Amino acid sequence: MEYTFQWRPVMRQLPDLLEAGFMTLQVSILAMILGTVIGLALALVRMNAPWQVRWLATTWIEVARNTPALFQLFFFGFGLGAFGINLSPFVIVLSGLTFNTAGYLAENFRGGFQAIPDTQLKAARSLGMSASQSYIRIIIPQVFRIIYHPMTNQMVWVVLMSSLGMLVGFRELTGETQFFASRTFRIFEYFMVTAIIYYFIVKIILGLSKLIAWRLFRY
Amino acid sequence: MIEVKNIHKNFGDLHVLKGIDLTVKKGEVVCVIGASGSGKSTLLYCINGLEKIQKGEVFVNGVSVHAKGTDINKLRQNLGMVFQQWNSFPHLTALENVALSPRIVKKMSKKEANETAKKQLIHVGLEDKLNVYPSALSGGQQQRLAIARALAMDPEYMLFDEATSALDPELVGEVLDTMRLLAKEGMTMICVTHEMSFARDVSDRVAYFHEGVMEEIGPPEQIFGKNPKSENTKKFLTNIR
Amino acid sequence: MEQSTAVVFFTGFQLRDIWYLAEAAGRTLLISIISITVGSILGCVFGWMLYSSKWLGAMTLGLVLDAFRSVPLIIQLILFFNFFPIIGVPLDPFTAGTFVLTIYTAALVANVVRGGIEAVGIPMRRSSRSLGMSYWQDMRYVVWPIGLRAVFPAWVGVALGVMKDSSLVSVLGYVELLRASQILITRTQEPFIVLAVAGAFYFALSYPLSKFSARLEGKWQS
Repeated sequence: MEYTFQWRPVMRQLPDLLEAGFMTLQVSILAMILGTVIGLALALVRMNAPWQVRWLATTWIEVARNTPALFQLFFFGFGLGAFGINLSPFVIVLSGLTFNTAGYLAENFRGGFQAIPDTQLKAARSLGMSASQSYIRIIIPQVFRIIYHPMTNQMVWVVLMSSLGMLVGFRELTGETQFFASRTFRIFEYFMVTAIIYYFIVKIILGLSKLIAWRLFRY
Repeated sequence: MIEVKNIHKNFGDLHVLKGIDLTVKKGEVVCVIGASGSGKSTLLYCINGLEKIQKGEVFVNGVSVHAKGTDINKLRQNLGMVFQQWNSFPHLTALENVALSPRIVKKMSKKEANETAKKQLIHVGLEDKLNVYPSALSGGQQQRLAIARALAMDPEYMLFDEATSALDPELVGEVLDTMRLLAKEGMTMICVTHEMSFARDVSDRVAYFHEGVMEEIGPPEQIFGKNPKSENTKKFLTNIR
Repeated sequence: MEQSTAVVFFTGFQLRDIWYLAEAAGRTLLISIISITVGSILGCVFGWMLYSSKWLGAMTLGLVLDAFRSVPLIIQLILFFNFFPIIGVPLDPFTAGTFVLTIYTAALVANVVRGGIEAVGIPMRRSSRSLGMSYWQDMRYVVWPIGLRAVFPAWVGVALGVMKDSSLVSVLGYVELLRASQILITRTQEPFIVLAVAGAFYFALSYPLSKFSARLEGKWQS
């Protein structure tokens, strides 16, 4: 079978692909921020809350961790559609990624909280800080340092997961690639270029993460 | 004035404090000695409300610590506490460690809080470590940092919970010197300690705890002299010599 | 009367549909077990190579494996599925999917294994070598058992991840669990129930193993 690679049409679309790459970054960063906030809340709730709330948090965490991300996306897409809730592709991807990230990070947060000796809380309280002041100023900053590396991994994972947007009609990087590829039948070439773009996005995230860590954690 | 009135403390089935009465007047230094597990550290935790009590009452300047309506955060500002594990906040510099609670609890301006912090760090002899993170400090320096941190809240009372027991032997001296300095300045202090010579030197009174009971309290001459009133005190002191 | 039941039969979600999903779950399990088994063996070899060989070999291998961890799996699947016809060996979705999942697993496991060998530490190995153990004895009796403990929880994480990621093979047209539920949704128009059942299957496959691993990890740590 003779096959000639044709890269030129792909290169012509490169600006469009890069723009779609920004869409990927946007939805990933948003999902990461929301997922971090909710994940922290889930971890805190799981440590002390009435059992009904605790059960809800536990269910969230376990479902997020024990089912495929694609399943979770489908759920926010088709599943909610059964109740007449039709979300836009962007919102489907965002809620799916947030749901997943919150579940994974909640477990990381829990490990982080366990790693802080409870004498830190006692010391903060003995200085007259309220419980919430102690958590915000003393405990949580230390927890963030402990889970910084897992969080970086999660961020990479979110970017990779966002490619599932293609399957629910979201035109992020992969969805856009699929769109062009199916028009030109240059599937391999298009996806090869996109793979390279993903590779660089991931490397940039890891590099930035190192830089931020170096600025942030002087101790 | 700190008044402890007949307090009882249980950890589950364990009866740790069995009716303790103690009054500490302003300017007084009281050292608490006794074997580990005798409840002396728990006493401190009960005084500043870090542990709840099952029975009895604690008053600080006439305010009941364990009563429902008490603003415990406000009350604790008046009770500086130094722990066995020094508990410096690892993510903050020495200056930030000390300045944080004046700023967020006492609502001082940043500048004011930093000045207070600096003053207290000089006070404990850490003037050259202002911008250093705790990981770069020795145990003794971290413990002095903890003392400065407590002092920055301008407390009337200081509680020391075995402040030197987790330190390497060569670092004990600098911390004890700082504590001596405070005593000399007239600070009201309750020190749980294993350092007998320190207890003898600085205390106005020494209390001996034995299995959740305050066996004996009196001036150091009485406790460390030839004839303490309680046999248990005598036995304890002979054993550690 | 009879007609109305027939209507329900064709549109509603039926008990036999659960069986249909169960079969599909079996295919998910099959493709996962093959990929995880072969991928883990390859991953051990790669991980050992990354650890022991220096310079060029490790650099190239490391770079290639790193690429598999830095590109979305869905793109890897599409790329390889479209690459094989180019070199003249078109593969069916199952084979292509298994191939990609296997390499993907190997890339993840290699990282875990290298970390495990490093966790055993040079001092401990030196002490075992000084006891007169040969290189292979040292590997067999010291590195392997200690490394296993360091690695096992992470490996379970990878394995469960691959099981869940196998849902992506559906893009190639292979009818595993998630693809089967999509087909059912189209037919029954009952997405919520179908997805709930599919989710329950995934959960039942993943949850016990993840709990088991967590408990084992807790036991080893104490």
